[in-house]
Amino acid sequence: MGIIKAVNLIFDYIKRDEEEQIEEVDRAIDGLNLDIQEGSFVAILGHNGSGKSTFAKQVNGLLIPTEGTVLISGMDTRDENHIWDVRRTAGMVFQNPDNQIIGNVVEEDVGFGPENMGVPTEEIWKRVDESLEAVGMTAYRLKSPGKLSGGQKQRVAIAGVMAMKPKCIILDEPTAMLDPNGRKEVIRTVQELNRREHITVLLITHYMEEVVGADRVVVMDEGKMVMDGTPREIFSRVKELKEYRLDVPQVTELAFELRQAGLPLSKGILTMYELLGELVPYLKEQIRSQGE
Amino acid sequence: MSIRAVNLTHIYGQGTAFEQYALKNVNFEIQDGEFIGLIGHTGSGKSTLIQHLNGLLKATSGELYYNGENIYAHGYDMKGLRSKVGLVFQYPEHQLFEADVFSDVCFGPKNLNLSQGEIESRAKEALNLVGLDESFYKQSPFELSGGQKRRVAIAGVLAMKPDVLILDEPTAGLDPKGRDEILGQIEKLHREQGLTIILVSHSMEDMARYADRLIVMNKGEKMFDDTPRNVFRHYKELEAMGLAAPQITYIVQALRKEGIPVEEDLITVEEARDAILRLIGK
Amino acid sequence: MLREITLGQYYPVDSVLHRMDPRTKLLGTLLFIISLFCANSWLGYLTAAVFLAITIRLSRVPFRFMVRGLKAILILLLISVSFNLFLTSGEVVWQLGILKITREGIRTAIFMALRLIFLVIGSSVMTLTTTPNELTDGLEKGLGFLNKVGVPVHEVAMMMSIALRFIPILIEEADKIMKAQMARGADFESGNLIQRAKSMVPLLVPLFISAFRRATDLAMAMEARCYHGGEGRTKMKPLCYRKRDRIAQVILTGYLCLIIGTRFIA
Repeated sequence: MGIIKAVNLIFDYIKRDEEEQIEEVDRAIDGLNLDIQEGSFVAILGHNGSGKSTFAKQVNGLLIPTEGTVLISGMDTRDENHIWDVRRTAGMVFQNPDNQIIGNVVEEDVGFGPENMGVPTEEIWKRVDESLEAVGMTAYRLKSPGKLSGGQKQRVAIAGVMAMKPKCIILDEPTAMLDPNGRKEVIRTVQELNRREHITVLLITHYMEEVVGADRVVVMDEGKMVMDGTPREIFSRVKELKEYRLDVPQVTELAFELRQAGLPLSKGILTMYELLGELVPYLKEQIRSQGE
Repeated sequence: MSIRAVNLTHIYGQGTAFEQYALKNVNFEIQDGEFIGLIGHTGSGKSTLIQHLNGLLKATSGELYYNGENIYAHGYDMKGLRSKVGLVFQYPEHQLFEADVFSDVCFGPKNLNLSQGEIESRAKEALNLVGLDESFYKQSPFELSGGQKRRVAIAGVLAMKPDVLILDEPTAGLDPKGRDEILGQIEKLHREQGLTIILVSHSMEDMARYADRLIVMNKGEKMFDDTPRNVFRHYKELEAMGLAAPQITYIVQALRKEGIPVEEDLITVEEARDAILRLIGK
Repeated sequence: MLREITLGQYYPVDSVLHRMDPRTKLLGTLLFIISLFCANSWLGYLTAAVFLAITIRLSRVPFRFMVRGLKAILILLLISVSFNLFLTSGEVVWQLGILKITREGIRTAIFMALRLIFLVIGSSVMTLTTTPNELTDGLEKGLGFLNKVGVPVHEVAMMMSIALRFIPILIEEADKIMKAQMARGADFESGNLIQRAKSMVPLLVPLFISAFRRATDLAMAMEARCYHGGEGRTKMKPLCYRKRDRIAQVILTGYLCLIIGTRFIA
């Protein structure tokens, strides 16, 4: 069994009027089944309102299923006795870098989680040191968060989660408010944590370039899982992605267009090197034969 | 009719130990009806620059001419300038404050002391331009989706009837669908209303697609000012400034290095596709 | 525009006072204020002045930073001085119409001025040598006993610390919203009082909404990081009294006794 498991998950946002009568029910997640293996890097894609962020909050126990079950390391998120264990097993990084840093000094913010968990002082310092090192922010430990760039703030937020020694990190659109350099910085950090520390990563995003390195990509639309596969499998279905109002990276799109025009290229090309590796020999061959 | 900057310089914290050039001798002229892309990494001075264009910030030295008039001249009508040069800030939906969409859009024209009839007709026109019909008028702006809120905020600036529209990263935080809608609407404003557009964005792909001309800022100085095609030729210099060119530029450069004769200045997927297909005679 | 406001006035150097436990400094400030109200003679004020001068010296903060705080209370100072000067009855030394100055008036006015000036400088010494965080920590631990009578000390301290983190962010945000509304033709600078108050609505409404949005986000982020109140919480930087704090406490007690002593000498 995987570390995160959703079984027939349904979640409704219920809007009530002043007399507590149900006024409107908005189904955000509609019968989701998902099983995520420990140590894997899974990306969830979808446009705004597809239910992907709601799912992220389910995994952390910030929202509780309307129907169905979410199990984190076998613990049911409905079980109030385990809620803090769920949260420390599956740590969460949010979208807005400013609204999740609590401390006035970087190192104090990283220590916030362990403090809440009642970790002894000496152990907190050890964890803070390690976590800051893991995200490459040791040099900034005494800085005020206000003085950092967006990408650095998100790395501090990731360190804050790492200090809780989670098995899994959920990142809910962590790069949506960053510039391209900040985005790269955060994704690189997350990939390293996944590779070096074997942390399970659940990355929620709508930037396609960020999911190229994932082990598995899940596409959500209207609260349902509509695509599931490796990045290569997903990116070979360019038309479908566009129907779900998602983009593909320019490389993939060019490869797709050329393939449509009859060039012998593989399906689901992800990187520039792959494209060039196939395109260059073919073009050279064509040019030579034209010359003859 | 133009915006002309002459040796525009802005220094933050002048006279203190933290003195810093946000703009350094910037010169350019923007003609009526151009679609300008303004790029530069965070802290390059581009946000400072756009706030000068409608007089929210005053240059430490240098001049700025709007339609030939020096805006720093004594008695210049700043309020008039702000209605002619509309500025849409980043995350503009954070400035919404009225109880319904229509009243919020009326805020700008109301400040211009227009007649009630004129205020309302402008608000209607502006909302129409961003594609929000009458069913939205009485809704609370806070209950709309992210993309819709942003359109209301843009309408709020359009209702001032500006000749120039400056947008600071209007697609930040939106998903691909919201992004395409907003950019499509800006394109339409440019094409159909003849507005001069100055678009600040980090997406080189969007710039390649929409802008006629790019101005590249780095450390407060203007580094390039040319067509996207010509600017992206300098992709190595752009990288040194913490920027990049569209992915297509890199593919084209790599193909040329392998001795494959494709044109150097291809910047969109369609152009690259056509060039490659032409090459093999398809 | 608004960005020039700074919060707290911590002056980062390394001194005995900087290294002292914030609780000791809070206690010291409190005792110093009490001593100012006990002093009732020239000798008393002289003792206080000497004590203050030594503390300032120990703090290694330039003196000009200490007097900065005085600007804020200048008007208060003038009002209280003139009240005391003109309204104290006693032996008249100068008179013009109904305005008269008495010998007692001069004396009280000078004492009142000294008291206010010393009070401001004394508290500045504390705020200049203590980071806002240490201050909140000190208050939380130092006032911990109030928990027993139902005062939510931990929660109040947490709120203060969060406020310290978010006030600069909100100031920047206010600046941005103000500019955005000015770009829509808003005018924040002219008009009479009522017009000006009205013109603040487009600034304040978005600012409140933003503050609420941030508060909701932050609450969620805190919950996600297992925050559940002060119960069972450990500290990364627990406060503990050291030798220098004990010494300072002894000196402080001695000083207070001395001041009280001066009441009987005069």
